[in-house]
Amino acid sequence: MTSETLGSSDSESTPGGKKGSNSAFLRVARYSLLRLVSMFFTVIVGVYLTILIANMGGYVDTIMRNEIRDTTTQAILANPNYRLLSTEAKNDLIMTKIANEERRLGLDQPFAVRSVRYLKNALTLNLGRAVNMKSDQGSKEVRLILLERLPATLLLTGTSGLILFFGSVYIALSLSRKYGSFWDKLVIAASPTSAAPPWFYGIFFILFFAAILKVLPFGGLVDSPSPDNPLDYGLNVLKHLILPASAVIVSSIFISIYNWRTFFLIYSSEDYVEMAKAKGLNARDVERRYILRPTLPTIITNFALLVIGLWTGFTITETVFLWPGLGITLFRAIGFYDTPVIVGSTIIYAYLLAITVFLLDFVYALVDPRVKVSSGRGGSQ
Amino acid sequence: MTGLKKFFNELSRYPSAILGISIILFLLGVSVYALTTIPYSEAVRLWRGGEDVWYQNPKYAPPAWFNNFSTTKRPVSFSVNSADGTLEQTITPSTDPEISSVDMVHTFDYEADEAPQEMMIYFRSDIIEKFSFASITWVTPDGRTIRVADFAISNKETFRFTQDTKLQKRLKVEAVEVMHALFEDPNSPTGKILKGEYQVVIAATNFEKDANLSAEFVLHGELFGAGTDKYRRDLLLPLLYGTPIALAFGLLAALGTSILTMIIAAAGTWYGGWLDELIQRVTEVNLVLPFLAILIMVGTFYSRSIWVMLGFTILLSIFSGAIKTYRSIFMQSKESSYIEAARAYGASSGRIIFSYLIPRMIPLLIPALVSSVPSFVFLEASLALLGLGDPILPTWGKIFYDAFYDGALYQGRYYWILEPAILLMITGFGFAMLGFALDRIFNPRLRDV
Repeated sequence: MTSETLGSSDSESTPGGKKGSNSAFLRVARYSLLRLVSMFFTVIVGVYLTILIANMGGYVDTIMRNEIRDTTTQAILANPNYRLLSTEAKNDLIMTKIANEERRLGLDQPFAVRSVRYLKNALTLNLGRAVNMKSDQGSKEVRLILLERLPATLLLTGTSGLILFFGSVYIALSLSRKYGSFWDKLVIAASPTSAAPPWFYGIFFILFFAAILKVLPFGGLVDSPSPDNPLDYGLNVLKHLILPASAVIVSSIFISIYNWRTFFLIYSSEDYVEMAKAKGLNARDVERRYILRPTLPTIITNFALLVIGLWTGFTITETVFLWPGLGITLFRAIGFYDTPVIVGSTIIYAYLLAITVFLLDFVYALVDPRVKVSSGRGGSQ
Repeated sequence: MTGLKKFFNELSRYPSAILGISIILFLLGVSVYALTTIPYSEAVRLWRGGEDVWYQNPKYAPPAWFNNFSTTKRPVSFSVNSADGTLEQTITPSTDPEISSVDMVHTFDYEADEAPQEMMIYFRSDIIEKFSFASITWVTPDGRTIRVADFAISNKETFRFTQDTKLQKRLKVEAVEVMHALFEDPNSPTGKILKGEYQVVIAATNFEKDANLSAEFVLHGELFGAGTDKYRRDLLLPLLYGTPIALAFGLLAALGTSILTMIIAAAGTWYGGWLDELIQRVTEVNLVLPFLAILIMVGTFYSRSIWVMLGFTILLSIFSGAIKTYRSIFMQSKESSYIEAARAYGASSGRIIFSYLIPRMIPLLIPALVSSVPSFVFLEASLALLGLGDPILPTWGKIFYDAFYDGALYQGRYYWILEPAILLMITGFGFAMLGFALDRIFNPRLRDV
């Protein structure tokens, strides 16, 4: 949780001077361009690595070829329509069918060529078609498969993430105002509970609220059959949302409050805060102008990372609660060796991350006047 | 030495540290016990064993400690075997060297309020042609002696009390009521269970010199030791053996990750130039890679061995955000005068990195290391829950997986989930509490806030 400055601020631009502001603009442009190129390079390497791993460096091809050979041979031998064909004719038929199927999946090209094509398609966001998976509507378009699951994931991650973020920042601020109080000590004492991941609390919540008390559902997005009335449908989804969302919130609320509280306390022991208090400013103003203002870059960074984190979903929590989100889809895609789906979900995350990190630099410069772009090499991130 | 003493003095002022250390010591004790009593290969054999290993256990039996929380006591399963001496036997040779008689007696206290489900005796012998002969009698606490059965024993014989038609006739009951007839108080109109000392007496005669007859008496109650799963496996095995595995995974991953991160950050900062640039780029690439998804892929495509997973976990965690934090601190200490002095007397780069740069970071390293252990311990369980647990080793995560996919939560078999959950929880809390205390000791800035 440290705010970063982009290089040293040795060269101040002269305010008002035309030449100064011009070179400042050039510097910013050059810096942004360098940054953009390095980001893009990072995304390429990251995605290519994912493609390589998702194919076991090409070994998945062998698995898929064997599978095609098996299923095609079985299908033709078991089909009564082909029983009268001679053995050679059958073999020919099998061979052509296998070749067709391999061509359909692109297996006729060597993996090295295909991996580059995967990369190109991924980078241009041309997500293509899944190998084995289908969306609930029956489409094989990766875009549709992912889009179909996106609302459920955003509902879960969004609700829990936003409550978690704003809740912990708000509580941390009020705790930092009166540290050493009972509630403060309680939060410190409870923070080790965050060592356990959400699914762990999820299992306990299912046990208590679904299995023993029988007040909330075990899992899923909505009852089956689902209510017709949109209002009832919404309420029903909310009811299913309670347990997974609280599992996510409970699993990290205390450590989150603790971290923010410590962070705010460090800033509120600065001399200028003492000075402001001595001047007799009221507590609200001190908090807003002297504590929140300098910590704004960190708050924004964390919020931005939270927002892009929403995209990934919680694989295991979704599995435990049978929540039909992106996390569970990714897990299933891996089980099906479905590279396009894996890569599609990775590339979107990679782009979101790269864009966010890139934009954050400018946001820092906007909210924190101390941040300057140096004329030297691009600052470290 | 005084520094260490001072450190422990300070540590003892934090109750959470003391609690955390006690938990960790307890877990280490359990690990040592598990590793010394059950060798690795034996643990794998038992865990992978089917009916032939676990035949004497009931299925889905809740643990014996259930009785402590309930007013009606339920019968607890047990088994005794004459081969390992838990079933007492006396062998009396006769004048004929070929013939000997064996008396086996087992006396046990029965305090449950319900009759057991079944009792069995498994006989084994090495006879070649002449069968041994055994008669079984049942002695109740009020002194009644019931003749159970008399039969010849070949090499392998299983006697089930409820399945024996002669015994059913003798007791004048159906098969399902045999156990009741054996355990009930005959004078009680409501059929109350008679509590006290029961005896099962096996009197056998061998007609061969090397008959080597052994018997195993098994009582199937409703409860069993630490509970059993659907394959009749004793949960005590994975609970016990999962402890050293969880600790090894958590500690090795935490240690490997934090030390390697530190060394790489120090080397990058010290040498600067392309190395530093490369480390920075690798870190950025690593942020893009989906951590859990890659671990799942490794598990699905390559190997589910816990040690392979451990390696990949470390590999993916080295180039994390921590490298940037360490780098910025190393940047500062690189400029300090004592490094200048070291350089002036001609210290090598390796010496500066390992003797001057890294030791200064230990206060930051240790709390981070201890605090990161729980996340790795839970990671093992998370992977197992996704079906990517080690295929041969008994671990806590495997219990979760079996229980979860067998619908333990839906069918009310809460013990199956709660036992590994509680162990996981205390492990997580133990390390987290110690980590918190260490953080406050090593970083005094946190202490007064």
